[in-house]
Amino acid sequence: MRSFKKILTTSVLGAAALGLAVSGPAQAKVEGDTIILGSAISLTGKYSTNGIHAKNGYDLAVERINATGGVVVGGKSYKIRVVYYDDESTPARGAQLAERLIKQDSIKYMLGPYSSGLTKAVAPVTEKYKIPMVEAEGASRSLFTQGYRYLFAVLSTSEQYLASSIALAAEMAKKEGRSVSSVKVAMAFENDPFSLDVRAGVMDDVKSHGMKIVIDDKLPRDLSDMSATLTKVRAVKPDILVVSGHSKGAATAARQIKEMKIDVPMIALTHCEAAKVVDKFGAATNGFLCPTQWSETLSYQDGYFGTAAEYDALFKRTFQGYKNVPYQSAQASAAVLVWKDAFERANSFDTEKLRDALAATEMDTFYGKIKFSEAGNNIAKPMVLRQIQNGQFNVVAPSKWASHKVEYPRKVQ
Amino acid sequence: MLDNLNLLIQAPVLNIQLLLDGVLIGSIFALAAYGLALVWGVMNVKNLAQGDFVIMGGYIAYWFTKQDIHPILALPVAAVLMFGFGWACYRFIIRRVIGKDLFISLLATFGLALVVQQLLNLIFGSEVQTADAGFKTRFLFDGQVTVSDTKFIALLLAGALAASVVVFMKRSRMGQSIRATAQDARAARVLGVNTDRVYAFTFALNAAICGAAGVLISMIWNIQPYYGIVHSIRSFIIVVFTGLGNLPGVIVTALGLGVAEQFSGFVLGAELQVASVVCMLVLVLIWRQIQQARLRQVVE
Repeated sequence: MRSFKKILTTSVLGAAALGLAVSGPAQAKVEGDTIILGSAISLTGKYSTNGIHAKNGYDLAVERINATGGVVVGGKSYKIRVVYYDDESTPARGAQLAERLIKQDSIKYMLGPYSSGLTKAVAPVTEKYKIPMVEAEGASRSLFTQGYRYLFAVLSTSEQYLASSIALAAEMAKKEGRSVSSVKVAMAFENDPFSLDVRAGVMDDVKSHGMKIVIDDKLPRDLSDMSATLTKVRAVKPDILVVSGHSKGAATAARQIKEMKIDVPMIALTHCEAAKVVDKFGAATNGFLCPTQWSETLSYQDGYFGTAAEYDALFKRTFQGYKNVPYQSAQASAAVLVWKDAFERANSFDTEKLRDALAATEMDTFYGKIKFSEAGNNIAKPMVLRQIQNGQFNVVAPSKWASHKVEYPRKVQ
Repeated sequence: MLDNLNLLIQAPVLNIQLLLDGVLIGSIFALAAYGLALVWGVMNVKNLAQGDFVIMGGYIAYWFTKQDIHPILALPVAAVLMFGFGWACYRFIIRRVIGKDLFISLLATFGLALVVQQLLNLIFGSEVQTADAGFKTRFLFDGQVTVSDTKFIALLLAGALAASVVVFMKRSRMGQSIRATAQDARAARVLGVNTDRVYAFTFALNAAICGAAGVLISMIWNIQPYYGIVHSIRSFIIVVFTGLGNLPGVIVTALGLGVAEQFSGFVLGAELQVASVVCMLVLVLIWRQIQQARLRQVVE
């Protein structure tokens, strides 16, 4: 009996030692002919809808790259694969999973999570371990004021979201022969980091134009009612109403603007597409200005997906149930393209060389031009304004990319 | 803030808009609060899943709109379905925690709330949803005041529901049994009332009322699996404000809460809308404490 126990213990220990010896770190970053990237993404929880949009974007790009020759490093062609963990829409969990990906799974190349909150939790981890991360779903400008060297973002940052609507309001005032400083601005923002960043961008623009702020409401996160704010809007008659509060804010604003028949010449809100306002509220949403990171009607193109329209068609063929391709997916695909480009320019798997290659990125994609500033955010792609006209989203600003004329003033539906 | 007050004084018609909006939304708060007061008064169970029952009702209405059926028709269906759900909850969960520690009953209902939230998220996803009733908007006072028909119909339905529950409690046998059990459970049992059935019925009735409220909420506001807490908090505020055992008072308080929220949102800004109401609650509780200390007896 005792000798049996001895044999058992020795063999178990031996197997463990063998296991440890074989599972070296080299297996994780490049396994055979596959480069492995890692990502903590929201597959469950309150961000799961957009988390899945992002994951689909990552997957489509991976599929496309693997099908068109893979990533060429040192003369050899490699496929890419992404390892996903579900961060349950919780920042603490996201940070935990990032540690796990880097330390346990030896991932050396990261793709970002969904939302600024989660990116803020994961970025310090990747920075600590000097692992480059290309993210596509964290737009908060506060991510880029921390001096991170290993964080790169392909999307336009939050303060640009509604800024072009203020510029448009100024343009309209000039056309009507009024002074720009006579424009009255009403703002309603949700009291969360992202929306407040958007507000900061709007404030900067309002101040630089010398406009007047007549309403400045910060809606609590758990409030689904802005009728008091809209009653104020009716009382003070602003020239432009700006709203940002994620999907909930957009849905609430669209519904209550329709119900209360609010008449403001220009209304701009974020997350129109994500909140599906056209599906839900139909013709009442005509005239809304909605910023977007990307539109399939823009004339960007690249060698992997072709034009933005071709990406749109490919995405709809690959994934079921999409009437419109959300920009969250497009920018996720772009992030993977950035990685491929960096691998090939650096011609190495070394993280420091890759970090430098990423910092020097300058490429055209179906999603837009990508060039990173010192801080890591994309400074080559503008935020585009689309207006809902007859149930369609049409690009109206900036004028270089506009396909339609802006409808002004907005008629009450 | 003073500018906003000025607005109210200069344009009195704004007060009417705020008052109307407040009463209309308050009537729906009244439903969930009434249910909570019922369960609390009869069974001494503080139902933390109250808001989640409301959201469940909302999702039933949402599901109806997905099948292209008008959400108003979801009202009776939601009430019946939630009644059954409430009964099942009582049988399997609540029955075991009645009469036990306060903490145990809170924990049980909290756990129920979490399960409901996650189930709803799994089934419907995490996007914010609404059920569009497609009713028109009325203009009053020369177009200065708008009343959405949806809200008005919701007020009528909420009123009808509340009235029928009150009549039920006064006239029917089960209603009498519920009131008897609330007064003194042991005495009721001695006199032949099946208190277990009464408790089950009360909890199920609460769930049905919340379900109905949820249908109205989905037509007026919006729903999301994790928004239950918002309605739970409002219900608790209303019930604590009124004190237990004062059911008509709950309805009046709820209407007042709706109006107070609208006015504070207008004058102080939306960020203080809910906070100001909670502050009012704290002040009322402090005042009651002072009164109680002075009189050295429980103040109703």
